[in-house]
Amino acid sequence: MTRRAFKGQPSEGLTDESRLVDGLAFEGLALARGSRLLFQDLTACYQPGVLVELTGPNGSGKTTLLRAIAGLASPAAGVIRMGRATDPEDRASLAHLLGHRDGLKGALALRAHVRFWAELFAGDAGQIDDALALVGLRGLSALPARVLSQGQARRLALTRLVIAQRPVWLLDEPAAGLDRAGKNLLADLIDRQVRQGGLVIAAVHEPLGLPAQSLALESLKP
Amino acid sequence: MIRALMSVYRRDVALAWAGGGGAAAPLGFYVGVVLLLPLAMGPERALIAAAGPPLLWVAGALSVLMTLERLFQADLEDASLDQLLLAAAPLELAAFAKGAALWTALGLPMALVGGIASLTLQTPPAAAPIIALGLAVGMAGFISIGLLGAALAAGVRRGGVLIAVLVLPFFAPPIIFGAAAAAAASAGEAPFEGAFQLLGACCLFYAALGPIAAAAALRLQAD
Repeated sequence: MTRRAFKGQPSEGLTDESRLVDGLAFEGLALARGSRLLFQDLTACYQPGVLVELTGPNGSGKTTLLRAIAGLASPAAGVIRMGRATDPEDRASLAHLLGHRDGLKGALALRAHVRFWAELFAGDAGQIDDALALVGLRGLSALPARVLSQGQARRLALTRLVIAQRPVWLLDEPAAGLDRAGKNLLADLIDRQVRQGGLVIAAVHEPLGLPAQSLALESLKP
Repeated sequence: MIRALMSVYRRDVALAWAGGGGAAAPLGFYVGVVLLLPLAMGPERALIAAAGPPLLWVAGALSVLMTLERLFQADLEDASLDQLLLAAAPLELAAFAKGAALWTALGLPMALVGGIASLTLQTPPAAAPIIALGLAVGMAGFISIGLLGAALAAGVRRGGVLIAVLVLPFFAPPIIFGAAAAAAASAGEAPFEGAFQLLGACCLFYAALGPIAAAAALRLQAD
């Protein structure tokens, strides 16, 4: 993401290579957790530039689906196609995954977290301070992550999304723990990613208040 | 890709020492054993000289074993393992970077402590650098094959026993060759190069195999 993008001005958006020309497609997808089948026969296709709200009761497979899209869980049946990539490792390099655990190290400073992500995800290490300022944690950047509240920890995790550009965002209950301003920030980030031709899939219980397509897993229960 | 690897390496070195992290306790254990055991063995110089090199090696192997349980378990629990799986570098290389970080934070200091402690164990001063170098190579081997055990047991509560059962057989060859090289060097008569070369070969094999096997095990854990 460019420096200008942080100031809320137009940016170049995703580069042509990182844009998902063919979108994201599920073909006859079935997912299982252990020996329990969560859902089956999911066939759908989403074009770039879309927010998909993933809904379903607890235990319906929202988290497992997000992990499967990211290439971390293998489907019981069917194919996931992300752009032209079907291989789990190729999909992993195209996506950001924000799980319900934030993936922070208590002993590590906030700034060290963002630097780590910038380098790990091949992002822009020059944007660390801007990214921290964007989520409202600039003043705490030298403190270890263990002092953060739940909402602040989630805000820090959000910097992963902006410090390195990836076309697909997979968000698991992204608003959990966030205050009103944090939810607005999240909505802004998602809106910007969608406008730039990215694809956002968010597992939600409450709608995010943005134009979205819906994917309801309860209808696919075996 | 190199940047991604260096970031994992730097983070893990920092975490190993931050706030009394993972490396402090095993290093303390190692220092304690190599300094206290000669006191417990009494004033018999010949006994201490004979027991010294094996002692340095066994204590080193057990210190590495102590750290392995949390090596990947901590990343699995706080979900930062997912980040390594989504990284701009293969998981095999990320596992290698984690092993290299542990070697820097723990293996290297232990080799230095071992070299210095060998002087208190009736070893001639000329042998101390050879002993330290052997320990540095050996710790790299222990950590490399330890990655596999740590990855397999990452999702297991109290996985320490499982790790010990898995990796201790692999610890045997470096211990045999490393302690033999150290004993030969400290006795100053027999040539130590042969044992040293076998130690190096064994540890190189582990360094090549360990990260690949560990990555395969971690992918199963993440599923």
